Amino acid sequence: MNAIDNKWIGKRTIRPDGADKVTGRAGYSADHNMPGQIWGRVLRSPHPHAVIRGIDTSKAEALPGVKAVVTAKDIVDFPLDKSVMLGIQDMRWMCRNVMAREKALFHGHPVAAVAAISEEVAEAACKLIEVDYEVLPHVIEIEDAIKPDAPILHDFVRHEGKPSNIATTMVNKLGDVEAGFAQADLIIERSFKTRPVHQGYIEPHACTVSYAADGRVTIWSSSQGQFMVRAMTSLLTGIPQSNIRAIPAEIGGGFGAKTIIYLEPVAVLLAKKSGRPVKMVMSRDEVFRATGPTSGSMSTVKIGVKNDGTIVAAQGTFYLQAGGLPGSPLRGPVGCSFSPYHIENVLSVGYDVVSNRSKVAAYRAPGAPLGAYATECVLDEIAEKLGMDKLELRLKNTAKPGGKTVYGATFGAITFKETVEAIKYHPHYTAPLDKNPSKGVVRGRGVASGFWFNAGGESSAQLNITEDGNVNVTTGHPDVGGSRASIANVTAELLGIDHSRISVLIGDTSSIGFSNLTGGSRVTFASAMVVTQSAEKVIGQLKERAAKIWKIDPEAVIWDNGEARPAGPNAGQFPPLTLKDLAAKANEMGGPIGAGVQLNTTGADPGFATHCVDVEVDVDLGIVRVLRYTAAQDVGRALHPDYVEGQIQGGVVQGIGWALSEEYLYNAKGQLDNASFLDYRMPVCSDVPMIEPIMLEIPNPKHPQGVRGVGEAPIVPPLAAIANAIHDALGKRFYSLPMSPPKVLAVIDG
Amino acid sequence: MAKLHVTTTINGEPTEFLCDPSQSMLDVLRNSLGLTGSKEGCGTGDCGSCSITLDGRLTCSCLVLAAEVGGHEITTIEGMAQGDELHPLQQKFLEMAALQCGICTPGVLMAARSLLEKNPEPTETEVRFWLAGNLCRCTGYDKIVRAVLETAAEMRSAA
Repeated sequence: MNAIDNKWIGKRTIRPDGADKVTGRAGYSADHNMPGQIWGRVLRSPHPHAVIRGIDTSKAEALPGVKAVVTAKDIVDFPLDKSVMLGIQDMRWMCRNVMAREKALFHGHPVAAVAAISEEVAEAACKLIEVDYEVLPHVIEIEDAIKPDAPILHDFVRHEGKPSNIATTMVNKLGDVEAGFAQADLIIERSFKTRPVHQGYIEPHACTVSYAADGRVTIWSSSQGQFMVRAMTSLLTGIPQSNIRAIPAEIGGGFGAKTIIYLEPVAVLLAKKSGRPVKMVMSRDEVFRATGPTSGSMSTVKIGVKNDGTIVAAQGTFYLQAGGLPGSPLRGPVGCSFSPYHIENVLSVGYDVVSNRSKVAAYRAPGAPLGAYATECVLDEIAEKLGMDKLELRLKNTAKPGGKTVYGATFGAITFKETVEAIKYHPHYTAPLDKNPSKGVVRGRGVASGFWFNAGGESSAQLNITEDGNVNVTTGHPDVGGSRASIANVTAELLGIDHSRISVLIGDTSSIGFSNLTGGSRVTFASAMVVTQSAEKVIGQLKERAAKIWKIDPEAVIWDNGEARPAGPNAGQFPPLTLKDLAAKANEMGGPIGAGVQLNTTGADPGFATHCVDVEVDVDLGIVRVLRYTAAQDVGRALHPDYVEGQIQGGVVQGIGWALSEEYLYNAKGQLDNASFLDYRMPVCSDVPMIEPIMLEIPNPKHPQGVRGVGEAPIVPPLAAIANAIHDALGKRFYSLPMSPPKVLAVIDG
Repeated sequence: MAKLHVTTTINGEPTEFLCDPSQSMLDVLRNSLGLTGSKEGCGTGDCGSCSITLDGRLTCSCLVLAAEVGGHEITTIEGMAQGDELHPLQQKFLEMAALQCGICTPGVLMAARSLLEKNPEPTETEVRFWLAGNLCRCTGYDKIVRAVLETAAEMRSAA
């Protein structure tokens, strides 16, 4: 589609859900109430690791005002010896994460839940529940969890035939690394550590549910997929999916972590037992202790190059924290770390390590930033050793169309080189940097690149023409950052009508066909595809109606600029019929006008990004400030540029937090010490500069509008880009995140 | 303990409510008065998404005891637009896409309005430090800061 011809695609229109969100009218998960509702609270384990020998709920149940109590015995058990998968989630772990079964695996692990007439009564009842714990030694850090004498979390987890905390090993291989390294003139091998970071969405998890006397369930909650909420709740409660209606509330941020559930099945069981609607809202403390975060990691990356900069072999070993139950995002570092580059010999190995922490959840490009952090820091050191420009080193090795990746895919049209060149010729990269602006202050510049797979998958859309000739479009994806705005632009463009005549809605599980999660940078790609096909069907119907009215062949009708016109030999014979004209005649000419499309979408080619950052280090205080940030990415086609830029800017700032200030801090008792926004330090407005996005619009040939997923790739490069910039400033390398003031001072002094 | 009876003014309307001595103003706004535009992101005054003004002063409503607001004037996000006419900040936030998920937006708007009332010509640095009490995890703050600066410029030229 030629940009010049577009009237709506690529325009910065006002989003369909905007007015509600600036006036406080938008309904998020905690904003809904049901008649007669009571409140649910969760009792959480005070121990990081303990066998649950028994739970006595009788005193809690006897407390006036208590209506129901739920423990693991009320939740469907998924036996440990048989995996039941829902997407990438193993229900054996989900059922034990929602409610501790044999063991409490982390401080804050749910053990029981109470519904009562008020939150205060529910809270008081939780304190009356008597849990008989056999407290076990706990283990928090990876290096401790993989020691031979480490406390073992799960008897059924074996590694190399022995009881272990290493739950899974993932190996991706290409060529022969030994032979590759043998050809190298220079080999650099370094080890890195990162800490778990929380997704940090501002909206805590919450839900309001009802269970009717006929067994029908209504769930109001925010998530990254109402169909996921329905499916997981069904699996964990035994209620058939057809009896569950999951309504997607507006979502106050998810970043991956709301691709699983915590509260909904518990609330449904409390509602079923009590006969009353139940509302549950997590506190921020609970969100930090018991949801997310993403994995901390321990990695070693080894890269071999020829003297001219050609990479001949690369090897990565990535240990990721899973939390108390298996399932860290190994695919991220294992598959993404080396994929921006054409390397003949690669060995990439990941280990999923359980320890007594909350179970990790997806976070924006799950796992990929950890791997890129290691790889891109090693490349920086290689460029330095070779005396080569850092971007030149990347340009020399860019992945090529038709190239084979370590994770098995063969690249189609890819555009990594363009992102590197966009930075190389950008005034940011070419501007001089005063490295010593004043006493005690040094500055540096760093670059790094990143890769994310992107995704297609199932999506559904329904496009209906209203009786007055306007348009309703419904899709099945929660809108986390402006996807409705993009859909409105696409629909207006295709139908050739004014943007204001289109309403875009997100259907609940009973009103729209199955749609997979909002995640993996898939939604705008996939939903634009199904909406396009729906619009094409509707245009077909409109042309047929016009042909019928004119009594000519439908093939002789064109749809242009919002109206049907006779074409070919009939051109000019009849006055055009507008959408409104045809809607008015809809019933007499064959019935309502509308069409839906349900598709397993394919063709989501990967995303690449290259970033450049300037930092300033206060050598007395150890504080690192980001002065300037430029992020180049191939976005395919920006259906709504504001929200594409927003994805890049938001992802970068999350990356800045990961690099400089965010971390989970556990004490010796295995308890999280910083479970608040005061102590878990996410970037605030005064911490960051403007973030300049460079949107390269190189259309994805496999998508009707050329869309490429955008949301994940921006968080992949910042960790290394900032580490490399700090090295440029101080002349010292960092191998551990976050690069917070105490660590910076330790490196300066060391 | 018996509930307390409180008489106050919310968004210009005389308002009465009953509350427990321990209830926060945010809890009463959301759960007793149906004013759910103020959000609870933390309950500890760290995220700013429950921002209101109390006698014109920007405040986290999660840190105010509801029992204390008797006789005072409260403004919430619901009082920002006049009927269907949006406040210039609300309009500019829409035009410049200064929100993604929107959960922090009510608090950010309340804070930004409070800034522009005190300082109609803020620098970028002043905007950033004033809004440092409002966490946003989606936008990276870029478009928020631009929208506040642009609104300030437009409000000055309209004045």
